[in-house]
Amino acid sequence: MKKNILVLLSVFLLASIALVGCSSSDESTESSLSVLDQIKERGTLNAGVNGELPGFSYLEGGDYVGFDVDFAKAVAAAILGKAEAVEFSPLTASERFTALQTGSIDLLSRNTTWTTSRDVDLGLNFAGVTFYDGQGMMVRADSGVNTLTDMNGMRIAVETGTTTELNLADQMAKLNVAYEPVTFDNQEAAIAALEAGSVDAFTTDKSGLVSRLSTIADADAYKILDDTMSKEPLGPVVAGGDDKMGDLTRWVLNALIQAEELGITSENVDSFLDSTDPVIQRLLGTDGNLGEQLEVNNDFAYQAIKQVGNYGEIFERHLGKNTVFNLDRGLNDLYTNGGLLYSPPFR
Amino acid sequence: MKKNRSTTTATPFWRDTRIIPILLQIVFVVLVLFIGSFLFTNAMNGLDKLGIEFGFNFLPNTAFFDIGENHIEYGPQDSYFRAYLVGIVNTIRVGIIGIILASIVGTIVGISRLSKNWLLNKIATVYVEIFRNTPLLVQIFIWYYAVILPLPLIEEQFKVGPIFISNRGTALPWFNATSGSTLWIILFFVGLITAVVVRSRLMKKQIETGNNTRSGLWSLTVFIGTLIIALIVTRTAPFTFDNPSINGRLFEGGYILTPEFKAILIALVVYTSTYIAEIVRGGIQAISKGQVEASKALGLKNSTTMSKVIFPQAIRIIIPPVTSQYLNLIKNSSLAVAVGYPELVYVSGTVLNQTGRAIENITLVILVYLTLSVITSIIMNIFNKKFQLVER
Repeated sequence: MKKNILVLLSVFLLASIALVGCSSSDESTESSLSVLDQIKERGTLNAGVNGELPGFSYLEGGDYVGFDVDFAKAVAAAILGKAEAVEFSPLTASERFTALQTGSIDLLSRNTTWTTSRDVDLGLNFAGVTFYDGQGMMVRADSGVNTLTDMNGMRIAVETGTTTELNLADQMAKLNVAYEPVTFDNQEAAIAALEAGSVDAFTTDKSGLVSRLSTIADADAYKILDDTMSKEPLGPVVAGGDDKMGDLTRWVLNALIQAEELGITSENVDSFLDSTDPVIQRLLGTDGNLGEQLEVNNDFAYQAIKQVGNYGEIFERHLGKNTVFNLDRGLNDLYTNGGLLYSPPFR
Repeated sequence: MKKNRSTTTATPFWRDTRIIPILLQIVFVVLVLFIGSFLFTNAMNGLDKLGIEFGFNFLPNTAFFDIGENHIEYGPQDSYFRAYLVGIVNTIRVGIIGIILASIVGTIVGISRLSKNWLLNKIATVYVEIFRNTPLLVQIFIWYYAVILPLPLIEEQFKVGPIFISNRGTALPWFNATSGSTLWIILFFVGLITAVVVRSRLMKKQIETGNNTRSGLWSLTVFIGTLIIALIVTRTAPFTFDNPSINGRLFEGGYILTPEFKAILIALVVYTSTYIAEIVRGGIQAISKGQVEASKALGLKNSTTMSKVIFPQAIRIIIPPVTSQYLNLIKNSSLAVAVGYPELVYVSGTVLNQTGRAIENITLVILVYLTLSVITSIIMNIFNKKFQLVER
């Protein structure tokens, strides 16, 4: 009996040493591999998305589709040459940063606002802005509320862990409007409370409100106030402390914008391959080694554009005139058309 | 010892029963320390790689977010630490009210399950079987979505006496302090303690002499006496009632129960009471039938048999498992985050999101729940000791 215990114990001891040994050796190889190398080795990109926001990322016929989803696909096309090589994880606002910090996702493409403390203190890297947004407020159409100052004493639903929650407190303090925040972990509950009349309003980014409105059965009963409560530059995020993935993501975004500027689309990109314009040659990788510098293939931008499309195509496909959202390009237009989109030069 | 072993020589140390347990303990401690330190250094390495510093120095920073239900002073300009306090107070609030209500409901249902009244018995059984056998989170959602949210709008509120019920909250009349409230409270407790002392003295006397000393009557007289003194001294009532009213889409005055609080409270009370009911039933059934027969033979009434003979014995069996249920209730309150009631986990989640300090925040949450649970078990253990059979 005792002998059995001893044998069992030594087996356990050896097993645990072996286990610890393994994991520590795992760790050492991982630390030498950057996120970018891990993605190449794995053959898939792990991307975190919202998953519940029509237009940006939502499930349609078993696949995620939307603006944020397409951006992740463009990154996958740039790194792996396959836009479909993405593993999507739906994340709530409060899960997203931990998922990135712990490495369970490589790229967060989930309407996330770029702020100082997130960039610096959270150990994250923002790769740029994919969507310029502002916070809005949705109320019942018959509530008689036209501006934020009419909202004294109202119960306002907001999503927890968002910049929205902070802006709401800031704005209402500035306007000296007393309100009661009702903070939910998921938008579904917030919308249910709004529909039941338990709360008077719901606040999130304007694009999010437009998107939500498309899923509410009785959409005419609600309206979005004209007030814009904040600047919300939404963009893709990667883990900090490892520049390669951040650089690559930033330049994929720039490539999509640059392509629109040059008039290169997924349809006509092949016809540009024999272009003699050095700007186009460098972008598409037919000349120079910009891809190599980013540690991916030289045709990374070509792959992203060919398989997913340029920025304008992605926008129009999911949010533009031919969709239920019918969003204006607005700030999200090229700088040449009065928007804010401007790609640094590819050279 | 050493000498002893060398003379007998037969048992090597790894087969020595005096040494093996010690050896096993050492091996165990080494293993725990080893795994623990590995996990810790791994976490620290991970943080280091991301460029995050471990530490609690974010706690005094300004929170910048508001919390809907605060029972202590709090605003967006207060610190994360203060936000945590709000969350802790909210957890304790739902915990204490929940424990009291769950105990009352649980005891009633538990006794009903033993009732000879067929209907009462069946209702209690169905209640227990339904609410004990479905997941708590599902119940929370059902209470919130299917029961609380469909309540009438505040404009069409439902009024029962001074109580308003709507899907923006339930408003109850509440106490308003008067100038004499503090004195009233002090004298109330003085009276209560004196009454208890008088009662136990007289009870002792009754047991010694066998004469009925009317202990209950005397202690009540003492208690009422103190209240009369309080009335004479303060010349006011202990408190006035503050009736709620509706102003536009808001309640004014009274005590407001928000929909989120109601949903989590009802769910916790209903869920936990089913377990308490089964424990109460088990406790009562464990008392031997002879006790009932003996008290019947003494001519005691049914109610006296229950309150003086059966329940005092059953409570000994009931307390330890009920303590576990109380701890479960406190910990289950963390599910309130699903319906937006701002308790500890909710606040910690928000702070985590604003600061990104996962390990620190989880550690804080663990420490707070640990403290709350230990305090609850200490209190329950004191009760347990008090009710234990004293053997001579």
